[in-house]
Amino acid sequence: MVKPLLRINDFVVKFANVNGSGSASANGLFARSVLKMGVPVAARNIFPSNIQGLPTWYEVRVVEAGWRGRRGGVDLMVAMNPETWVEDVLEIEPGGYLFYDSTKPLPPSKFREDVTVIAMPLMAICNQTYSDPRQRQLFKNIIYLGALSSLLAIEPEVIESLLAVQYKGKQPLQESNRKAFRLGFDYAAENLKPIGLRIERRDKVGSRIFIDGNNAAALGAVYGGATVCAWYPITPSSSLAESFAKHCEKYRVDPATGKHRYAIVQAEDELASIGMVIGGAWNGARAFTATAGPGISLMQEFIGLAYFAEIPAVIFDVQRGSPSTGMPTKTQQADLLISAYASHGDTKHVLLFPEDPKECFEMGAQAFDLADRLQTPVFVMMDLDIGMQDWLTDPLVWDDARQLDRGKVMTAADLDAGKEFGRYLEVDGDGIPYRTYPGTHPKRGGYFTRGTSKDAYARYTEDGHAYVENMQRLLRKFESAKELVPAPAVQRAAQPTHAGAIWFGSTGAAMAESLAVLAKEGIHLDQMRIRAFPFSDAVAEFIAAHEHVFVVEQNRDAQLKMMLVNECGIDPQKLISILHYDGNPLTERFVTREIAEKARLFNVTPLRKAAG
Amino acid sequence: MTYLTKPKLHHPGLPTNVLGLTRRDYEGAVSTLCAGCGHDSISAAIIQAFFELAIPPHRVAKLSGIGCSSKTPTYFLGAGHGFNSVHGRMPSVVTGAALANRDLIYLGVSGDGDSASIGLGQFAHIMRRGVNMVYIVENNGVYGLTKGQFSATADKGSKAKRGAVNSDEPIDLVQLALVLGASFVARGFSGDKGQLVPLIKAAVEHKGIAFIDVVSPCVAFNNHPGSTKSYDYVRAHNEAVNRLDFMPHREPIEADVPAGGVQNVALHDGGLLRLRKLHLDYDARDKVAALAYLEAHRAMGEVVTGLLYVEDDPLDLHDAQNTVEVPLNALSDAELVPGSAALATFNAKLA
Repeated sequence: MVKPLLRINDFVVKFANVNGSGSASANGLFARSVLKMGVPVAARNIFPSNIQGLPTWYEVRVVEAGWRGRRGGVDLMVAMNPETWVEDVLEIEPGGYLFYDSTKPLPPSKFREDVTVIAMPLMAICNQTYSDPRQRQLFKNIIYLGALSSLLAIEPEVIESLLAVQYKGKQPLQESNRKAFRLGFDYAAENLKPIGLRIERRDKVGSRIFIDGNNAAALGAVYGGATVCAWYPITPSSSLAESFAKHCEKYRVDPATGKHRYAIVQAEDELASIGMVIGGAWNGARAFTATAGPGISLMQEFIGLAYFAEIPAVIFDVQRGSPSTGMPTKTQQADLLISAYASHGDTKHVLLFPEDPKECFEMGAQAFDLADRLQTPVFVMMDLDIGMQDWLTDPLVWDDARQLDRGKVMTAADLDAGKEFGRYLEVDGDGIPYRTYPGTHPKRGGYFTRGTSKDAYARYTEDGHAYVENMQRLLRKFESAKELVPAPAVQRAAQPTHAGAIWFGSTGAAMAESLAVLAKEGIHLDQMRIRAFPFSDAVAEFIAAHEHVFVVEQNRDAQLKMMLVNECGIDPQKLISILHYDGNPLTERFVTREIAEKARLFNVTPLRKAAG
Repeated sequence: MTYLTKPKLHHPGLPTNVLGLTRRDYEGAVSTLCAGCGHDSISAAIIQAFFELAIPPHRVAKLSGIGCSSKTPTYFLGAGHGFNSVHGRMPSVVTGAALANRDLIYLGVSGDGDSASIGLGQFAHIMRRGVNMVYIVENNGVYGLTKGQFSATADKGSKAKRGAVNSDEPIDLVQLALVLGASFVARGFSGDKGQLVPLIKAAVEHKGIAFIDVVSPCVAFNNHPGSTKSYDYVRAHNEAVNRLDFMPHREPIEADVPAGGVQNVALHDGGLLRLRKLHLDYDARDKVAALAYLEAHRAMGEVVTGLLYVEDDPLDLHDAQNTVEVPLNALSDAELVPGSAALATFNAKLA
C-alpha cells in the first residue's frame, strides 16, 4: 500500500480541462491565490491549437524553493475532461491525489489503487444551483476552486479578494462568483476528507511579479523607443504586438492632443511586416515585428537586404514547434540556424537569448540600441514557454539616466562642418559606417540604398574588389558586435570539475534546479548561460577549459552545438548534446536524468578532492 | 545607354524656380536604360514636375522594387535618398518609411512585373491603406531585364517579339486601384509629356495614395506590330478623357473658366485641380461610372488616359493611425521612454 503524499508548499497540481469551458480564469485565480499566500509558483498552460473543444491543461507547481521550471509528474490531478481521463490518471505520482466530478458513477477499473480519490458531485451541485446551462458550466470551475481552497488550506479571503479585483465595477458578477466559490469551499469542508497536500502562508514571493514574456518584451519595445510596429498574427507571438498596442495607449499618447507617438500596422503577411520595419528603420524610426518560425521563413529575402544594405530592424521570434506549421501551441528553440544565417548568400545576424520575462523586457529594449548601433537586424529569440506563460520574475527596472543609443548618424550640422560622408565607408575601424536619415541636407549626405553591390560611397558597382572589401567590413562589424551584445553568464560549480554545461533561453528554468540536484548526486558542472550571438570569446574559452561540456537545448538537431562547433572551431566530441523537443516545457527530471545518464556514459566525474 | 557623363556646369540662362534651382538640380545620374526607353521619358516628366512644383529634391524619398523601372530613381532627384528594395515589395517599405517621417514626400516607382505579378499583394494592400505617396507604375507589359517575357499586364492576344501570343487575361492596375480604394487614380503615356507632367504634379499634391499607371513602351522587347504596349499602338488607341491644369494655391485662380467643360477639384492645402474635360460625360469624382467607362473602352481596345478618379479630401494612413504631427523619427527620449516611476507602478500591479 502506497502512503498518500504529505507535502507542504511543494507539489504539482494539474488541471485537465476542455478548451473554451471557462477554466482558464479559475485556474489562473488558483495560481495567483498561492502567490498571495506568499508561496512561489511555476505555472504552465499546456494548450491546443483550438478555440473550443480540444483538451487543455494548466499545471501549477507550488514551490516554496522558488524553482521556475516544471518538475515533472503530478501530485494532484483535477480531472475535468473525460476525454483525457486515462492519460491524466496515469500521470499522477504514486501516493498522489485525483479530484474528479463524481456526478456520474465510474467503474473501479477507471481508478488507481495507489492514488487517493477525491470525489465531488460538481455537476449535480451546479444543476441544483443554476438553471442557465452556461452558468452551470462556468461556475463549475469556480466551485472546484472553492473545494481546492478548502482541501489545500488556501485562505478563502485571499481568493475572495482576487475575485473582487477581477470583477471590479461588476458587482453582480463579483457576487455570483463569490457565492459559487463559497459553495465549493463549504461543500468540501463538510464532505471531503483532508488530504496530505497543504499550502502554508510564507513570505517567499517578495517584490517579484507574475508576467508573461510577450507582455514584458512589448514593454521593452516601448522603453527601447520603438515607434513603428508591423506584424502579422501568428501564434505564439500575437500577444506581443497586442501588448505593445496596450502599452502604447497607456504610455505613448500625447496628453495635450490625444495623438499617438507610435504607429502599429497589422500587415497582410510577414513579408510586408518586415518590409515596413525596414522602411521605418531606414527612415530613422525604431521599428520592429513580432513573429514565429514560419514568419522568419517568409522574411528571409528582406532580412538579407537589411544585412547587406545595413538597415536596423528588430525581430522578436517567439519560437514554437517546427518545421512547417509544426506545433503552433508548443514550445521549441529550433529557429537558431534559420535566424543566425537568415537569407541567401553570406549573412550572419545578431541574436539575443532572454531567459525569462525580465530579460525579455531588458533585451527587448536593448535590441533597438544594438540594431541602431550595428545598423543590422537583431533577433530577440524568445519561445512560447517564456512568451506566453506567466513567470515569477524580479521586478522590471529602468535607469532614468539611460539614453537611447541611435548609433552613428550624421546630422546636417556634421555635413555642414565638412565631415566626409560615405554610407559604407570604414571610418572608425570597427566596421560600422555612418548613415544619414533621408531628408537631412539639401546638398550632402543623400545616397541610394540597394541590395546590389556598391562601393563605400553607395555607388552601384559590380567591381569584385569593392564587393569583397564590403563583405570583409561586414565581418569586422560582426566582430565588433561581440563586445556590444550581452555577455554570457558564468557560474562555477561548488567543487572543481572538468565538466561544464551550456544552455540558453527558457532552458534555464529547469537547468538551475537540475544542476542543484546533480550536485547533490556528486555531478558538479561549471555553468555558462549564453545570452547572445555572435558568441563572446569567453564561450570558446569556457569550452576549452573543460573536457566535456553538456549543451542543453530544445531542438532535434543540436542547433546551438552546430553553431558553437562552426563559429568557435570546437571539436564536436567535446560537446555532449542534451536535446528536448517534444514541444512541452522542459522538466527538471528530464534534464537531471539525461545528464546523469550521459555523465556515466562519458565518464564525467568530478575531480577528486585534493588529498588531505 | 550612354557613357557620357553629364557636365556639372549649368547654362547661366537656365530658368530657375522659386527656390532658385534649375531643372538640372532635379536630375540624377545618367540613365543606363536603352535609348528610346519610355521610362526615361517618365523620369524626365518627374524631373519637370518637381522642378515646377519647386520641391527641394532632398525632401523626396524615392523608393522602388526590382526591374528596369525600379532602376530609374537613380536617374532623377539626385539629392534625395533612394531605396531600391526587394522585387514587388516597395509598397511595404514605403509604408514603413511614411510612418517614420510624415514630412517627406514619397515617390514609389515600380513596373508591371514588380506590381502586377510578384508584388500584386503589396500593391493591393497599399491602395487600401491610403499611404500618402505617389505610386507610379511604368507599364510596358514585358520583363525587360530578363529579356522579353510577358508580364501580367500584357493584353490577351498580344504578341511577344519572338512570336508567342499571350493567352492570359491582363491585370488592369487602374481598375484594381479604383476598387481597392485609391483616392487618386490616373493613367498616362510616356509619349505624352504634356499630359503626364500635370498628372504627376497633381499626384504629389494629393494627400493619400495617388496612383499613376504610365504606359511606357519597351523599345527592346515590346515595340513591334502585334504588341498593345508599343508607341504606335498606344498613339493610335489613346483615349484621353481630360487634360489637367494644375493650380497650386500659390497662384491666383482664374475666375472665368468655360462652363460645362471644366471640373474643379479642391486640394487639401487650398490648391485646385482644374480638369478640362475632353469627354463631357466623364466625371472624375464618380468611381462607379469611371469603372464602367474604363471597362467599356478596354473592350474596344482603347487605352483610357487622364485623371480617372479623384476623391476631394481623403484621409490618409496617418489620419487612421492618429499619429502626432511631429515625425515619429524625431521624437525625443522623453517623449518615448516612460521612465522608472511608470515602471514601478507597472510592477506594483503585477505583484
